[in-house]
Amino acid sequence: MSAPTLRIRDLRLGFKSWSGTFDVLHGISLHIGKGERVALVGESGSGKSVTARIVLGLLQTLRSAKISGLVEFEGRDLAKLSEAERRALRGTRMSMIFQDPTSSLNPVYRISTQFHEVLQRANPRIEPAESRARAEKALADVSIADPARVLDSYPFQLSGGMNQRVMIAMALANEPSLLIADEPGTALDVTVQAQTLRLMREQVERHHASVLFISHNLGVVREFADRVYVIYKGRIAEQGPTAALFDNPRHPYTQALLRAVPRMTGDGIPEIEDASESYFAPTVIHDGYGEPEGVA
Amino acid sequence: MTQPLLSLRSVSKTFHTGGREVKAVDNVSFDVAEGECLAVVGESGSGKSTIANMILGIYPQTIGEISYKGSALPARRDLVHRRSIQLVQQNPLSSLNPRRTIGASLRLALDVHGIGERAGRNDRTGQLLEEVGLPASFRTRSPAALSGGQRQRVAIARALACQSELVVLDEPTSALDVLVQARVLRLLADLRKSRGLTYLFITHDLSVVRNIADRVAVFERGKLVEIGTTATIFEAPNHPYTRKLIAAVPVVTADEVALRKRFMEEANANV
Amino acid sequence: MSRALAILVRNPLSLLGLILVATVVLSAVFADVIAPFPTHRGAVVDFANFNKAPEWPYIFGTDLVGRDVFSRILYAYRISLILGVVVLAIAVPIGVTIGLAAGYLGGWTEYVLMRITDVFLSIPPLVLAMSMMGLLQPTLTNGMIAVTAMWWPWYTRLVYNLARSEKEEGYVLAAEVIGASKLHVMFREILPNCVPSILTKMTLDFGFVILIASSLSFLGLGVQPPTPDLGSMVAEGAKYLPDSWWLTIFPGLAILVAVFGFNLIGDALREILGTEQ
Repeated sequence: MSAPTLRIRDLRLGFKSWSGTFDVLHGISLHIGKGERVALVGESGSGKSVTARIVLGLLQTLRSAKISGLVEFEGRDLAKLSEAERRALRGTRMSMIFQDPTSSLNPVYRISTQFHEVLQRANPRIEPAESRARAEKALADVSIADPARVLDSYPFQLSGGMNQRVMIAMALANEPSLLIADEPGTALDVTVQAQTLRLMREQVERHHASVLFISHNLGVVREFADRVYVIYKGRIAEQGPTAALFDNPRHPYTQALLRAVPRMTGDGIPEIEDASESYFAPTVIHDGYGEPEGVA
Repeated sequence: MTQPLLSLRSVSKTFHTGGREVKAVDNVSFDVAEGECLAVVGESGSGKSTIANMILGIYPQTIGEISYKGSALPARRDLVHRRSIQLVQQNPLSSLNPRRTIGASLRLALDVHGIGERAGRNDRTGQLLEEVGLPASFRTRSPAALSGGQRQRVAIARALACQSELVVLDEPTSALDVLVQARVLRLLADLRKSRGLTYLFITHDLSVVRNIADRVAVFERGKLVEIGTTATIFEAPNHPYTRKLIAAVPVVTADEVALRKRFMEEANANV
Repeated sequence: MSRALAILVRNPLSLLGLILVATVVLSAVFADVIAPFPTHRGAVVDFANFNKAPEWPYIFGTDLVGRDVFSRILYAYRISLILGVVVLAIAVPIGVTIGLAAGYLGGWTEYVLMRITDVFLSIPPLVLAMSMMGLLQPTLTNGMIAVTAMWWPWYTRLVYNLARSEKEEGYVLAAEVIGASKLHVMFREILPNCVPSILTKMTLDFGFVILIASSLSFLGLGVQPPTPDLGSMVAEGAKYLPDSWWLTIFPGLAILVAVFGFNLIGDALREILGTEQ
């Protein structure tokens, strides 16, 4: 069995400030196999976004950040890589798409320029003509009807949905093995979001990419992910396959989360506690969905 | 038949920006009955925020009439009008002045409208905080010291301070976490009952609407495409856009998935 | 407050600024006590001891009529501080009020007020001051009027930009919907959010006011003899360089200490007030 695309073991994160250390992650473990779509679900302050940034190697350079634990990407321990090696992975073997597509694209450059930059990360000597051809094909793959026009546009000239498609195309252009999606579609209208998620699912399947999907929206997670990790205040509360976790949540926090989501079937608004000792209960692991032992 | 609390008749709003004319609201008419919760749903560009702003008197309508308790609301609102219609905004962080204490922000409404004796107003702000489930001692804190959910409760308390009858809620829980959202929605429902308030609830989140609204008005590109009771809209929607909206909502239970499947087929059939 | 002091003291540069500013302020306030020759601030003459290089008890030397340079510098600090305080006390409220009104009220008010401000801003400060001084008698008071007249537009520009962006914030909308008056919104809602930037600019400006005033005195405008002023002392002494170097160097250093100190404090203040928000 090959190494999982991503393996995190007992990851801890604390921030040093002049009033002491503030712990954000208390030892989380998760893994993503090849081609798997895994969601990390939590509310704000749960630590889900910083986890993504650690995987990308973006927090390690922060002096006030204290990180310990194992983060392995395609079998390589990220802590053992130099900053240059970690940077080389970004945009090539692992890429990220963000919450608000229009503001994540550089407003002063045309899409074609930005696409060229992306393709250059994998192939520094690529010719503008070739990158344009590849970009056009990539945009057509995400169902953009007029790729040439979009390539010549600036981000502010395109709609949010269009920019999200461009971002997905750019993120998958270099055939990364891991795509990290941080609350994708949250800034979009619900009808556009639905289309975008469908598109993302198709594309990751086509490119055989694994996905780390970070979200606070349970409905979206249910539609998109194969497996789910629920994170509460820096600890994994529950992990398991999507269907089982949603139909039969076993951790008090997961249960509270699911009860709190308003239903389209109109069951009213329940009484929920937004903080409770029971939410700190130990991790519940659905049978057969625990963490794999280390590949020595 | 009782008079509606709020009434819009043939209201349109055209903006002139950068040499272009944008019709944000196109010939909209609807009523809000006293004591009801009317949800205004739509996506971006639907005109729902523009309608809210006109009702609040932030800018006037281009054509049409907005009436409150039977009399037309003028473009320039006076204190009496201001007191009747209040607002809870989406962003709890920016809606409270970071350089003023919670108590000062709440007191403003009391001072402007001369509610109660001046000496007793500080106590009154404490009472308002307790009414929304926060300790009275929060009066002396600054907004930065509160969580998002707590700030939103303060915003609700502020809307109550004027003793208004109609509260316009513009995406009041969209910026909140799931658990916090549930608590705030509960609070809003309880307050409506205890104070006999009328809500104009603007949101894009249909699953919230399903559980708190009496009636729903659906907007698309400035036009009112459908309006009806919650049950009707969700079980037998008329307009294709309404069906499309319902079909797009991400859901968590198997029952909802089945409900949606039905609408998705209908929506796809009409595309 | 204690947090502010902690930040000021922790950073070596801001600590230096604090020390320098404290030196200037204490010198000015306690000049009567510290100065070895308090009478030398006036029209005193002592030809027995004139033009002496630094030696005890004239630690900075004496000038051409025998007055102790050190004592005169202490009193000159007093004049500079008074100048700074008065100029800012008048220019800042005027500039801030105009900026608030232009930024929040918009429309014709904004147009008219900002065009007036632009006119003042486009005249080089020193030229403006000099022209005013040309029309008025050169006195300390008129010097202050001239400097004030060129100073307020900068605060208008600063507050105008801040007010324009703050007025889009939710809390301004909330106050308007409640029915608060325009005056309330400008002064009780928006202004407090501008205060950190205004305060920071004021500390930085203090040094510059002193510098501009010194430049005016250097040109013979502003303060007249026998009142001690750092700029005049530098001008006077410059004629005798490099022989009687102490006549220029010490007043010049005194200006440097004041301006540098205030600049350092200004930077630290920005950090303190910035993080507080």
